[in-house]
Amino acid sequence: MKPATLLNVCIVAVLLIAPIWLNAYWVEVLNSIGIYAILALSLNVILGYAGLFHMGHAAFFAIGAYTTAILNTQMGIPVLWLMPVSGLFAGLFALLVARPIIHLRGDYLLIVTIGIVEIVRIALVNNVFGLTGGANGIFGISRPVLFGYVIRTSHDFYYLIFAFAAVTVLLFRRLENSRFGRALQYIREDDVAAEGSGINTAHYKLVAFILGAFWAGMVGTIFASKMTIISPQSFTFWESVIMFTIVILGGSGSIRGVLLGAFLIIGLPEIFREFADTRMLVFGAAMVLMMIFRPRGLLPPSPRTYTLNLPPQSRQAGP
Amino acid sequence: MSNQPLLRLADLTKSFGGVMAVNRVSFDVDSGSIVGLIGPNGAGKTTVFNLITGNYRPDKGEILFDGQSIATMRTHRIVSLGIARTFQTIRLFPNMSALENVLAGCHCRMRSGVIGSMLRLPWQKREERQALETAVAELSFVGLRQQLDQVARNLSYGNQRLLEIARALATRPRFLILDEPAGGMNDYETQVLVDLILQIRDRGITVLLIEHDMNLVMKICDNLVVLEYGILIAQGTPEEIRTDQRVIDAYLGAPDADGDEDF
Repeated sequence: MKPATLLNVCIVAVLLIAPIWLNAYWVEVLNSIGIYAILALSLNVILGYAGLFHMGHAAFFAIGAYTTAILNTQMGIPVLWLMPVSGLFAGLFALLVARPIIHLRGDYLLIVTIGIVEIVRIALVNNVFGLTGGANGIFGISRPVLFGYVIRTSHDFYYLIFAFAAVTVLLFRRLENSRFGRALQYIREDDVAAEGSGINTAHYKLVAFILGAFWAGMVGTIFASKMTIISPQSFTFWESVIMFTIVILGGSGSIRGVLLGAFLIIGLPEIFREFADTRMLVFGAAMVLMMIFRPRGLLPPSPRTYTLNLPPQSRQAGP
Repeated sequence: MSNQPLLRLADLTKSFGGVMAVNRVSFDVDSGSIVGLIGPNGAGKTTVFNLITGNYRPDKGEILFDGQSIATMRTHRIVSLGIARTFQTIRLFPNMSALENVLAGCHCRMRSGVIGSMLRLPWQKREERQALETAVAELSFVGLRQQLDQVARNLSYGNQRLLEIARALATRPRFLILDEPAGGMNDYETQVLVDLILQIRDRGITVLLIEHDMNLVMKICDNLVVLEYGILIAQGTPEEIRTDQRVIDAYLGAPDADGDEDF
Protein backbone atom coordinates (compact mmCIF):
# COMPACT_ATOMS: atom_id res chain seq x y z
CA MET A 1 0.00 0.00 0.00
CA LYS A 2 1.26 3.47 -0.84
CA PRO A 3 1.92 5.84 2.12
CA ALA A 4 -0.82 8.23 1.00
CA THR A 5 -3.40 5.44 0.82
CA LEU A 6 -2.28 4.16 4.21
CA LEU A 7 -2.70 7.62 5.70
CA ASN A 8 -6.19 7.92 4.20
CA VAL A 9 -7.21 4.53 5.62
CA CYS A 10 -5.91 5.51 9.06
CA ILE A 11 -7.79 8.81 9.02
CA VAL A 12 -11.03 7.11 7.98
CA ALA A 13 -10.57 4.41 10.65
CA VAL A 14 -9.95 7.00 13.37
CA LEU A 15 -12.99 9.01 12.27
CA LEU A 16 -15.13 5.86 12.30
CA ILE A 17 -14.31 4.86 15.86
CA ALA A 18 -13.66 8.28 17.40
CA PRO A 19 -17.25 8.91 18.59
CA ILE A 20 -17.04 5.87 20.89
CA TRP A 21 -14.79 7.82 23.28
CA LEU A 22 -16.18 11.27 22.68
CA ASN A 23 -19.01 12.89 24.58
CA ALA A 24 -21.97 14.49 22.84
CA TYR A 25 -20.37 17.93 22.84
CA TRP A 26 -17.32 16.87 20.86
CA VAL A 27 -19.41 14.74 18.53
CA GLU A 28 -21.48 17.85 17.84
CA VAL A 29 -18.27 19.71 17.00
CA LEU A 30 -17.36 16.92 14.57
CA ASN A 31 -20.88 17.06 13.09
CA SER A 32 -20.49 20.75 12.55
CA ILE A 33 -17.12 20.20 10.89
CA GLY A 34 -18.67 17.51 8.69
CA ILE A 35 -21.53 19.74 7.55
CA TYR A 36 -19.18 22.60 6.74
CA ALA A 37 -16.82 20.20 5.01
CA ILE A 38 -19.54 18.99 2.63
CA LEU A 39 -20.74 22.55 2.06
CA ALA A 40 -17.20 23.66 1.32
CA LEU A 41 -16.69 20.70 -1.03
CA SER A 42 -19.78 21.77 -2.95
CA LEU A 43 -18.54 25.37 -3.04
CA ASN A 44 -15.17 24.02 -4.19
CA VAL A 45 -16.79 22.94 -7.48
CA ILE A 46 -17.67 26.55 -8.21
CA LEU A 47 -14.86 28.45 -6.50
CA GLY A 48 -12.04 25.93 -6.61
CA TYR A 49 -12.39 24.14 -9.94
CA ALA A 50 -14.06 26.81 -12.06
CA GLY A 51 -12.47 29.75 -10.23
CA LEU A 52 -15.75 31.67 -9.97
CA PHE A 53 -15.73 34.00 -6.97
CA HIS A 54 -19.00 32.98 -5.41
CA MET A 55 -19.66 34.26 -1.91
CA GLY A 56 -23.35 33.49 -1.68
CA HIS A 57 -23.29 29.75 -1.11
CA ALA A 58 -25.36 30.01 2.07
CA ALA A 59 -28.30 30.97 -0.19
CA PHE A 60 -28.33 27.51 -1.80
CA PHE A 61 -27.90 25.87 1.62
CA ALA A 62 -30.89 27.90 2.84
CA ILE A 63 -33.08 26.95 -0.12
CA GLY A 64 -32.37 23.27 0.56
CA ALA A 65 -33.03 23.52 4.29
CA TYR A 66 -36.26 25.47 3.81
CA THR A 67 -37.49 23.13 1.07
CA THR A 68 -37.07 20.24 3.47
CA ALA A 69 -38.63 22.13 6.37
CA ILE A 70 -41.67 23.28 4.42
CA LEU A 71 -42.41 20.01 2.63
CA ASN A 72 -41.81 17.97 5.78
CA THR A 73 -43.87 20.06 8.20
CA GLN A 74 -46.73 20.82 5.80
CA MET A 75 -47.03 17.61 3.81
CA GLY A 76 -45.33 15.11 6.10
CA ILE A 77 -42.94 13.77 3.50
CA PRO A 78 -40.11 11.77 5.18
CA VAL A 79 -36.92 13.79 5.48
CA LEU A 80 -34.53 11.49 3.64
CA TRP A 81 -36.80 11.42 0.59
CA LEU A 82 -36.57 15.17 0.56
CA MET A 83 -32.81 15.17 0.12
CA PRO A 84 -32.84 14.96 -3.70
CA VAL A 85 -35.90 17.23 -3.83
CA SER A 86 -34.12 19.91 -1.80
CA GLY A 87 -31.09 19.51 -4.02
CA LEU A 88 -33.25 19.98 -7.11
CA PHE A 89 -34.88 23.11 -5.72
CA ALA A 90 -31.50 24.60 -4.80
CA GLY A 91 -30.16 23.66 -8.24
CA LEU A 92 -33.15 25.23 -9.96
CA PHE A 93 -32.69 28.38 -7.90
CA ALA A 94 -29.01 28.44 -8.91
CA LEU A 95 -30.00 28.08 -12.56
CA LEU A 96 -32.35 31.05 -12.30
CA VAL A 97 -30.02 33.40 -10.45
CA ALA A 98 -26.71 32.38 -12.04
CA ARG A 99 -27.95 32.43 -15.66
CA PRO A 100 -27.95 36.24 -15.99
CA ILE A 101 -24.68 36.78 -14.07
CA ILE A 102 -22.57 33.94 -15.42
CA HIS A 103 -20.53 36.15 -17.74
CA LEU A 104 -19.37 38.39 -14.87
CA ARG A 105 -15.75 38.11 -13.87
CA GLY A 106 -13.94 37.99 -10.52
CA ASP A 107 -14.89 40.76 -8.16
CA TYR A 108 -18.05 41.70 -10.08
CA LEU A 109 -19.44 38.21 -9.64
CA LEU A 110 -18.44 38.32 -5.97
CA ILE A 111 -20.51 41.43 -5.33
CA VAL A 112 -23.59 40.05 -7.07
CA THR A 113 -23.42 36.75 -5.18
CA ILE A 114 -23.22 38.64 -1.88
CA GLY A 115 -26.41 40.36 -3.02
CA ILE A 116 -28.05 36.99 -3.68
CA VAL A 117 -27.40 35.59 -0.22
CA GLU A 118 -28.72 38.79 1.39
CA ILE A 119 -31.85 38.79 -0.77
CA VAL A 120 -32.57 35.19 0.19
CA ARG A 121 -32.09 35.91 3.91
CA ILE A 122 -34.30 38.99 3.82
CA ALA A 123 -36.94 37.14 1.81
CA LEU A 124 -36.96 34.42 4.48
CA VAL A 125 -37.26 37.00 7.29
CA ASN A 126 -40.16 38.67 5.46
CA ASN A 127 -42.01 35.36 5.29
CA VAL A 128 -42.34 35.11 1.50
CA PHE A 129 -45.54 33.40 0.30
CA GLY A 130 -46.37 32.90 4.00
CA LEU A 131 -44.30 29.72 3.93
CA THR A 132 -41.01 30.49 5.69
CA GLY A 133 -42.26 31.52 9.11
CA GLY A 134 -40.48 34.88 9.11
CA ALA A 135 -37.73 35.62 11.63
CA ASN A 136 -38.84 32.75 13.88
CA GLY A 137 -38.32 30.22 11.13
CA ILE A 138 -39.86 26.78 11.00
CA PHE A 139 -39.90 24.26 13.83
CA GLY A 140 -40.97 20.68 14.26
CA ILE A 141 -39.00 19.18 11.38
CA SER A 142 -38.90 15.39 11.71
CA ARG A 143 -35.84 13.26 12.26
CA PRO A 144 -34.58 11.15 9.39
CA VAL A 145 -35.65 7.51 9.48
CA LEU A 146 -33.40 4.91 7.90
CA PHE A 147 -34.88 1.39 7.57
CA GLY A 148 -37.17 2.02 10.53
CA TYR A 149 -34.36 3.41 12.72
CA VAL A 150 -34.84 7.01 13.81
CA ILE A 151 -31.64 9.03 13.59
CA ARG A 152 -31.81 11.15 16.70
CA THR A 153 -28.69 11.48 18.83
CA SER A 154 -25.52 13.35 18.00
CA HIS A 155 -23.79 10.01 17.51
CA ASP A 156 -26.46 8.86 15.04
CA PHE A 157 -26.11 12.06 13.05
CA TYR A 158 -22.35 11.74 13.12
CA TYR A 159 -22.53 8.54 11.09
CA LEU A 160 -25.13 9.95 8.69
CA ILE A 161 -22.98 13.04 8.02
CA PHE A 162 -19.83 10.94 7.83
CA ALA A 163 -21.41 8.62 5.24
CA PHE A 164 -22.65 11.53 3.14
CA ALA A 165 -19.24 13.20 3.32
CA ALA A 166 -17.55 9.98 2.23
CA VAL A 167 -19.88 9.60 -0.76
CA THR A 168 -19.29 13.26 -1.64
CA VAL A 169 -15.52 12.87 -1.55
CA LEU A 170 -15.67 9.73 -3.67
CA LEU A 171 -17.94 11.22 -6.33
CA PHE A 172 -16.17 14.59 -6.47
CA ARG A 173 -12.78 12.89 -6.77
CA ARG A 174 -14.04 11.11 -9.86
CA LEU A 175 -15.51 14.30 -11.20
CA GLU A 176 -12.22 16.11 -10.70
CA ASN A 177 -10.47 13.63 -13.02
CA SER A 178 -12.99 13.76 -15.81
CA ARG A 179 -13.87 15.74 -18.90
CA PHE A 180 -16.14 17.91 -16.75
CA GLY A 181 -13.54 18.56 -14.06
CA ARG A 182 -10.89 19.43 -16.61
CA ALA A 183 -13.26 21.76 -18.46
CA LEU A 184 -13.79 23.75 -15.26
CA GLN A 185 -10.06 23.97 -14.68
CA TYR A 186 -9.44 25.16 -18.25
CA ILE A 187 -12.00 27.89 -17.63
CA ARG A 188 -10.22 28.92 -14.45
CA GLU A 189 -6.84 29.01 -16.20
CA ASP A 190 -7.91 30.95 -19.31
CA ASP A 191 -11.51 31.58 -20.25
CA VAL A 192 -10.80 32.71 -23.82
CA ALA A 193 -8.43 29.84 -24.58
CA ALA A 194 -10.97 27.36 -23.18
CA GLU A 195 -13.73 28.70 -25.43
CA GLY A 196 -11.27 28.71 -28.33
CA SER A 197 -10.48 25.04 -27.66
CA GLY A 198 -14.13 24.17 -28.11
CA ILE A 199 -15.41 24.31 -24.53
CA ASN A 200 -18.82 25.88 -23.99
CA THR A 201 -17.63 28.06 -21.13
CA ALA A 202 -20.98 29.65 -20.24
CA HIS A 203 -22.62 26.22 -20.07
CA TYR A 204 -19.93 24.71 -17.86
CA LYS A 205 -19.90 27.66 -15.46
CA LEU A 206 -23.65 27.30 -15.11
CA VAL A 207 -23.44 23.55 -14.55
CA ALA A 208 -20.79 24.15 -11.88
CA PHE A 209 -23.19 26.50 -10.10
CA ILE A 210 -26.09 24.06 -10.37
CA LEU A 211 -24.05 21.10 -9.15
CA GLY A 212 -22.63 23.08 -6.21
CA ALA A 213 -26.10 24.31 -5.32
CA PHE A 214 -27.60 20.83 -5.62
CA TRP A 215 -25.10 19.49 -3.12
CA ALA A 216 -25.51 22.42 -0.73
CA GLY A 217 -29.27 21.88 -0.92
CA MET A 218 -28.86 18.25 0.14
CA VAL A 219 -26.71 19.33 3.07
CA GLY A 220 -29.58 21.69 3.89
CA THR A 221 -31.83 18.65 4.38
CA ILE A 222 -29.44 17.06 6.87
CA PHE A 223 -29.02 20.36 8.69
CA ALA A 224 -32.79 20.97 8.94
CA SER A 225 -33.53 17.50 10.28
CA LYS A 226 -30.61 17.67 12.71
CA MET A 227 -31.68 21.04 14.17
CA THR A 228 -35.45 20.34 13.80
CA ILE A 229 -35.80 24.12 13.85
CA ILE A 230 -34.37 26.49 11.28
CA SER A 231 -34.43 30.24 11.02
CA PRO A 232 -32.88 32.86 8.71
CA GLN A 233 -30.07 33.43 11.24
CA SER A 234 -28.45 30.18 10.16
CA PHE A 235 -28.01 31.38 6.58
CA THR A 236 -26.35 34.75 6.83
CA PHE A 237 -23.64 36.28 4.68
CA TRP A 238 -21.19 35.29 7.42
CA GLU A 239 -21.89 31.60 6.72
CA SER A 240 -20.96 32.20 3.10
CA VAL A 241 -17.74 33.86 4.20
CA ILE A 242 -16.84 30.87 6.37
CA MET A 243 -17.36 28.44 3.46
CA PHE A 244 -15.38 30.71 1.16
CA THR A 245 -12.55 30.90 3.70
CA ILE A 246 -12.45 27.13 4.16
CA VAL A 247 -11.94 26.63 0.42
CA ILE A 248 -9.34 29.37 -0.04
CA LEU A 249 -7.40 28.58 3.13
CA GLY A 250 -7.44 24.82 2.66
CA GLY A 251 -6.46 24.98 -0.99
CA SER A 252 -8.96 25.80 -3.69
CA GLY A 253 -9.55 22.96 -6.09
CA SER A 254 -8.13 20.41 -3.66
CA ILE A 255 -10.44 18.00 -1.85
CA ARG A 256 -7.84 17.19 0.83
CA GLY A 257 -7.24 20.88 1.32
CA VAL A 258 -10.92 21.69 1.73
CA LEU A 259 -11.35 18.90 4.30
CA LEU A 260 -8.34 20.16 6.27
CA GLY A 261 -9.67 23.71 5.99
CA ALA A 262 -13.00 22.65 7.51
CA PHE A 263 -11.22 20.95 10.42
CA LEU A 264 -9.10 24.03 11.11
CA ILE A 265 -11.70 26.74 10.67
CA ILE A 266 -14.59 25.01 12.44
CA GLY A 267 -12.62 22.78 14.81
CA LEU A 268 -9.82 25.01 16.12
CA PRO A 269 -12.06 27.75 17.57
CA GLU A 270 -13.83 25.03 19.59
CA ILE A 271 -10.58 23.52 20.84
CA PHE A 272 -9.32 26.94 21.93
CA ARG A 273 -12.60 28.01 23.42
CA GLU A 274 -11.03 28.98 26.77
CA PHE A 275 -9.11 31.74 24.99
CA ALA A 276 -12.40 33.08 23.72
CA ASP A 277 -11.29 36.71 23.79
CA THR A 278 -8.12 36.34 21.80
CA ARG A 279 -8.85 33.40 19.52
CA MET A 280 -10.33 35.50 16.72
CA LEU A 281 -7.27 37.73 16.82
CA VAL A 282 -4.94 34.75 16.52
CA PHE A 283 -7.17 33.31 13.85
CA GLY A 284 -7.04 36.52 11.82
CA ALA A 285 -3.28 36.78 12.14
CA ALA A 286 -2.91 33.14 11.07
CA MET A 287 -4.98 33.84 7.96
CA VAL A 288 -2.88 36.84 6.99
CA LEU A 289 0.34 34.85 7.39
CA MET A 290 -1.15 31.97 5.41
CA MET A 291 -2.01 34.18 2.47
CA ILE A 292 1.53 35.57 2.46
CA PHE A 293 3.41 32.30 2.78
CA ARG A 294 1.04 29.78 1.21
CA PRO A 295 -1.14 31.76 -1.21
CA ARG A 296 -2.44 28.61 -2.89
CA GLY A 297 -3.75 27.22 0.41
CA LEU A 298 -2.45 24.70 2.93
CA LEU A 299 -2.81 21.69 0.66
CA PRO A 300 -2.96 22.89 -2.94
CA PRO A 301 -4.22 20.40 -5.55
CA SER A 302 -1.62 17.90 -6.68
CA PRO A 303 -1.28 17.43 -10.44
CA ARG A 304 -3.46 14.77 -11.99
CA THR A 305 -1.81 11.59 -13.11
CA TYR A 306 -2.72 9.76 -16.25
CA THR A 307 -1.98 6.14 -17.01
CA LEU A 308 -0.66 5.90 -20.50
CA ASN A 309 -0.15 2.44 -21.89
CA LEU A 310 0.88 3.38 -25.37
CA PRO A 311 3.75 2.45 -27.68
CA PRO A 312 6.79 4.51 -26.64
CA GLN A 313 7.39 6.53 -29.80
CA SER A 314 5.02 7.02 -32.69
CA ARG A 315 5.23 9.90 -35.11
CA GLN A 316 1.96 9.05 -36.78
CA ALA A 317 -1.12 10.92 -35.65
CA GLY A 318 -4.74 10.08 -36.37
CA PRO A 319 -6.42 11.48 -39.46
CA MET B 1 -17.40 17.83 -52.35
CA SER B 2 -18.36 20.38 -54.95
CA ASN B 3 -15.95 23.12 -55.92
CA GLN B 4 -17.34 25.62 -53.44
CA PRO B 5 -14.61 27.10 -51.24
CA LEU B 6 -14.16 25.75 -47.71
CA LEU B 7 -14.30 29.27 -46.29
CA ARG B 8 -15.84 32.31 -47.90
CA LEU B 9 -15.70 35.82 -46.48
CA ALA B 10 -18.10 38.23 -48.16
CA ASP B 11 -18.05 41.99 -47.53
CA LEU B 12 -16.82 41.46 -44.01
CA THR B 13 -16.82 44.69 -42.01
CA LYS B 14 -15.91 45.44 -38.40
CA SER B 15 -15.24 48.78 -36.77
CA PHE B 16 -14.12 49.66 -33.26
CA GLY B 17 -15.40 53.11 -32.40
CA GLY B 18 -14.45 55.20 -35.39
CA VAL B 19 -11.72 52.86 -36.63
CA MET B 20 -12.55 50.60 -39.56
CA ALA B 21 -10.53 47.56 -38.52
CA VAL B 22 -11.86 45.42 -41.37
CA ASN B 23 -13.55 47.11 -44.30
CA ARG B 24 -15.57 45.09 -46.83
CA VAL B 25 -13.09 42.24 -47.07
CA SER B 26 -14.00 39.33 -49.31
CA PHE B 27 -11.91 36.31 -50.12
CA ASP B 28 -12.19 32.55 -50.47
CA VAL B 29 -10.05 29.78 -49.07
CA ASP B 30 -10.05 26.58 -51.10
CA SER B 31 -10.07 23.23 -49.40
CA GLY B 32 -6.63 21.68 -49.05
CA SER B 33 -4.65 24.86 -49.58
CA ILE B 34 -2.35 26.96 -47.41
CA VAL B 35 -3.33 30.61 -47.52
CA GLY B 36 -1.32 33.44 -45.98
CA LEU B 37 -2.90 36.64 -44.68
CA ILE B 38 -0.28 39.37 -44.71
CA GLY B 39 -0.05 43.09 -44.29
CA PRO B 40 1.65 45.75 -42.18
CA ASN B 41 1.01 45.97 -38.44
CA GLY B 42 -2.49 47.17 -37.64
CA ALA B 43 -3.88 46.13 -41.02
CA GLY B 44 -6.69 44.13 -39.42
CA LYS B 45 -5.35 40.61 -39.92
CA THR B 46 -5.97 39.39 -36.38
CA THR B 47 -9.40 41.04 -36.43
CA VAL B 48 -10.27 38.92 -39.47
CA PHE B 49 -9.19 35.83 -37.50
CA ASN B 50 -11.25 36.87 -34.50
CA LEU B 51 -14.27 37.35 -36.76
CA ILE B 52 -13.88 33.89 -38.30
CA THR B 53 -13.53 32.20 -34.91
CA GLY B 54 -16.47 34.02 -33.36
CA ASN B 55 -14.50 36.10 -30.87
CA TYR B 56 -16.00 39.16 -32.57
CA ARG B 57 -19.30 39.62 -34.36
CA PRO B 58 -19.07 41.30 -37.78
CA ASP B 59 -20.92 44.60 -38.23
CA LYS B 60 -21.75 43.60 -41.77
CA GLY B 61 -20.94 40.80 -44.14
CA GLU B 62 -21.07 37.06 -44.14
CA ILE B 63 -18.76 34.19 -43.23
CA LEU B 64 -19.57 30.86 -44.82
CA PHE B 65 -17.79 27.71 -43.68
CA ASP B 66 -18.52 24.79 -45.97
CA GLY B 67 -21.61 26.67 -47.14
CA GLN B 68 -22.91 27.32 -43.62
CA SER B 69 -23.09 30.78 -42.09
CA ILE B 70 -20.97 31.05 -38.94
CA ALA B 71 -20.96 34.84 -38.55
CA THR B 72 -23.12 34.88 -35.42
CA MET B 73 -22.11 31.55 -33.89
CA ARG B 74 -20.32 31.27 -30.57
CA THR B 75 -16.69 30.19 -30.62
CA HIS B 76 -17.10 26.69 -29.18
CA ARG B 77 -19.75 25.85 -31.82
CA ILE B 78 -17.41 27.02 -34.57
CA VAL B 79 -14.66 24.82 -33.14
CA SER B 80 -16.95 21.81 -33.15
CA LEU B 81 -17.79 22.51 -36.80
CA GLY B 82 -14.08 22.09 -37.56
CA ILE B 83 -12.28 25.44 -37.27
CA ALA B 84 -9.39 25.55 -34.81
CA ARG B 85 -6.97 28.35 -34.07
CA THR B 86 -3.84 29.41 -32.25
CA PHE B 87 -3.33 32.82 -30.69
CA GLN B 88 -0.82 35.53 -31.52
CA THR B 89 -0.06 35.99 -27.84
CA ILE B 90 0.23 32.40 -26.71
CA ARG B 91 -2.79 31.36 -24.67
CA LEU B 92 -2.09 28.01 -23.09
CA PHE B 93 -3.34 26.79 -19.72
CA PRO B 94 -0.08 27.75 -18.02
CA ASN B 95 -0.31 25.66 -14.84
CA MET B 96 -1.45 22.46 -16.52
CA SER B 97 0.69 19.81 -18.17
CA ALA B 98 1.28 19.68 -21.91
CA LEU B 99 -0.89 16.56 -22.05
CA GLU B 100 -3.79 18.28 -20.28
CA ASN B 101 -3.47 21.25 -22.60
CA VAL B 102 -3.95 18.98 -25.59
CA LEU B 103 -6.80 17.13 -23.85
CA ALA B 104 -8.64 20.47 -23.86
CA GLY B 105 -8.80 20.15 -27.63
CA CYS B 106 -10.26 16.65 -27.36
CA HIS B 107 -13.09 18.01 -25.22
CA CYS B 108 -15.42 18.95 -28.10
CA ARG B 109 -15.20 15.43 -29.54
CA MET B 110 -16.20 13.82 -26.25
CA ARG B 111 -19.65 13.49 -24.72
CA SER B 112 -19.43 12.36 -21.09
CA GLY B 113 -21.01 14.64 -18.52
CA VAL B 114 -21.34 14.98 -14.77
CA ILE B 115 -23.26 11.81 -14.01
CA GLY B 116 -21.30 9.57 -16.37
CA SER B 117 -18.08 10.78 -14.78
CA MET B 118 -19.31 10.36 -11.21
CA LEU B 119 -20.39 6.79 -11.90
CA ARG B 120 -17.37 5.95 -14.09
CA LEU B 121 -19.53 4.20 -16.66
CA PRO B 122 -17.67 1.86 -19.02
CA TRP B 123 -18.15 4.05 -22.09
CA GLN B 124 -16.91 7.05 -20.16
CA LYS B 125 -13.68 5.22 -19.31
CA ARG B 126 -13.28 4.14 -22.94
CA GLU B 127 -13.79 7.71 -24.08
CA GLU B 128 -11.16 8.98 -21.63
CA ARG B 129 -8.69 6.38 -22.92
CA GLN B 130 -9.34 7.35 -26.53
CA ALA B 131 -8.89 11.04 -25.70
CA LEU B 132 -5.56 10.28 -24.05
CA GLU B 133 -4.45 8.37 -27.12
CA THR B 134 -5.42 11.26 -29.40
CA ALA B 135 -3.64 13.75 -27.16
CA VAL B 136 -0.43 11.72 -27.08
CA ALA B 137 -0.61 11.22 -30.86
CA GLU B 138 -0.92 14.96 -31.46
CA LEU B 139 1.90 15.71 -29.04
CA SER B 140 4.07 13.23 -30.94
CA PHE B 141 3.00 14.82 -34.22
CA VAL B 142 4.34 18.24 -33.20
CA GLY B 143 7.38 16.65 -31.55
CA LEU B 144 6.52 17.20 -27.89
CA ARG B 145 6.07 13.56 -26.89
CA GLN B 146 8.95 13.80 -24.41
CA GLN B 147 7.53 16.94 -22.75
CA LEU B 148 4.01 15.64 -22.10
CA ASP B 149 4.36 15.79 -18.30
CA GLN B 150 5.83 19.26 -18.24
CA VAL B 151 3.79 22.19 -17.06
CA ALA B 152 3.01 24.43 -20.03
CA ARG B 153 4.58 27.58 -18.61
CA ASN B 154 7.95 25.81 -18.25
CA LEU B 155 8.17 25.00 -21.97
CA SER B 156 10.34 27.10 -24.25
CA TYR B 157 8.65 29.77 -26.33
CA GLY B 158 8.87 27.76 -29.54
CA ASN B 159 7.54 24.65 -27.83
CA GLN B 160 4.64 26.61 -26.39
CA ARG B 161 3.68 27.59 -29.94
CA LEU B 162 3.90 23.93 -31.01
CA LEU B 163 1.77 22.92 -28.02
CA GLU B 164 -0.90 25.39 -29.09
CA ILE B 165 -0.90 23.79 -32.53
CA ALA B 166 -1.22 20.32 -30.97
CA ARG B 167 -4.17 21.53 -28.88
CA ALA B 168 -5.82 22.95 -32.00
CA LEU B 169 -5.23 19.72 -33.94
CA ALA B 170 -6.80 17.68 -31.14
CA THR B 171 -10.15 19.30 -31.95
CA ARG B 172 -9.95 17.38 -35.26
CA PRO B 173 -10.29 20.49 -37.42
CA ARG B 174 -10.81 20.73 -41.16
CA PHE B 175 -9.57 24.28 -41.10
CA LEU B 176 -6.68 25.56 -39.00
CA ILE B 177 -5.96 29.22 -38.33
CA LEU B 178 -2.45 30.09 -37.19
CA ASP B 179 -1.76 33.60 -35.89
CA GLU B 180 1.97 34.30 -36.33
CA PRO B 181 3.09 30.73 -35.66
CA ALA B 182 6.78 31.58 -36.19
CA GLY B 183 6.71 34.62 -33.91
CA GLY B 184 9.68 34.45 -31.55
CA MET B 185 11.10 31.30 -33.13
CA ASN B 186 14.74 30.93 -34.19
CA ASP B 187 15.73 29.78 -37.70
CA TYR B 188 15.90 26.10 -36.80
CA GLU B 189 12.53 26.16 -35.04
CA THR B 190 11.02 27.99 -38.01
CA GLN B 191 12.29 25.30 -40.37
CA VAL B 192 10.70 22.60 -38.18
CA LEU B 193 7.49 24.63 -38.21
CA VAL B 194 7.49 24.86 -42.03
CA ASP B 195 7.72 21.06 -42.26
CA LEU B 196 4.97 20.74 -39.67
CA ILE B 197 2.58 23.05 -41.53
CA LEU B 198 3.16 21.10 -44.75
CA GLN B 199 2.44 17.86 -42.89
CA ILE B 200 -0.75 19.37 -41.50
CA ARG B 201 -1.79 20.26 -45.04
CA ASP B 202 -1.00 16.68 -46.10
CA ARG B 203 -3.41 15.44 -43.42
CA GLY B 204 -6.13 17.21 -45.43
CA ILE B 205 -6.39 20.22 -43.16
CA THR B 206 -6.73 23.61 -44.83
CA VAL B 207 -4.46 26.24 -43.27
CA LEU B 208 -4.90 30.01 -43.02
CA LEU B 209 -2.01 31.84 -41.39
CA ILE B 210 -0.82 35.30 -40.48
CA GLU B 211 2.93 35.59 -40.62
CA HIS B 212 5.51 38.33 -40.86
CA ASP B 213 8.34 36.03 -41.89
CA MET B 214 8.12 36.55 -45.66
CA ASN B 215 10.50 33.72 -46.49
CA LEU B 216 8.19 31.31 -44.72
CA VAL B 217 5.08 32.77 -46.32
CA MET B 218 6.51 32.73 -49.84
CA LYS B 219 7.77 29.18 -49.40
CA ILE B 220 4.64 27.42 -48.17
CA CYS B 221 1.57 29.43 -49.16
CA ASP B 222 -0.44 28.55 -52.26
CA ASN B 223 -2.23 31.88 -52.10
CA LEU B 224 -1.76 35.18 -50.33
CA VAL B 225 -4.24 37.82 -49.24
CA VAL B 226 -2.86 41.29 -48.44
CA LEU B 227 -4.61 43.74 -46.13
CA GLU B 228 -3.79 47.38 -45.47
CA TYR B 229 -5.84 49.62 -43.16
CA GLY B 230 -8.57 46.99 -43.10
CA ILE B 231 -8.91 46.91 -46.88
CA LEU B 232 -7.98 44.00 -49.09
CA ILE B 233 -5.43 45.42 -51.53
CA ALA B 234 -4.26 42.32 -53.34
CA GLN B 235 -4.61 38.57 -53.57
CA GLY B 236 -2.95 35.92 -55.65
CA THR B 237 -0.06 33.49 -55.75
CA PRO B 238 3.19 34.43 -53.98
CA GLU B 239 4.78 35.30 -57.36
CA GLU B 240 1.97 37.69 -58.22
CA ILE B 241 2.08 39.33 -54.81
CA ARG B 242 5.86 39.71 -54.89
CA THR B 243 5.62 41.96 -57.95
CA ASP B 244 2.37 43.75 -57.09
CA GLN B 245 3.09 47.48 -56.95
CA ARG B 246 0.39 48.24 -54.33
CA VAL B 247 1.80 45.61 -52.01
CA ILE B 248 5.33 46.93 -52.40
CA ASP B 249 4.08 50.44 -51.65
CA ALA B 250 2.13 49.26 -48.62
CA TYR B 251 5.15 47.54 -47.13
CA LEU B 252 7.79 50.09 -48.05
CA GLY B 253 5.71 53.23 -47.73
CA ALA B 254 6.94 55.73 -50.34
CA PRO B 255 8.77 53.97 -53.19
CA ASP B 256 12.10 55.56 -52.20
CA ALA B 257 11.75 54.99 -48.46
CA ASP B 258 14.45 53.00 -46.74
CA GLY B 259 12.29 50.14 -45.59
CA ASP B 260 13.84 47.71 -43.17
CA GLU B 261 11.09 45.11 -43.42
CA ASP B 262 12.33 41.73 -44.53
CA PHE B 263 10.19 41.86 -47.64
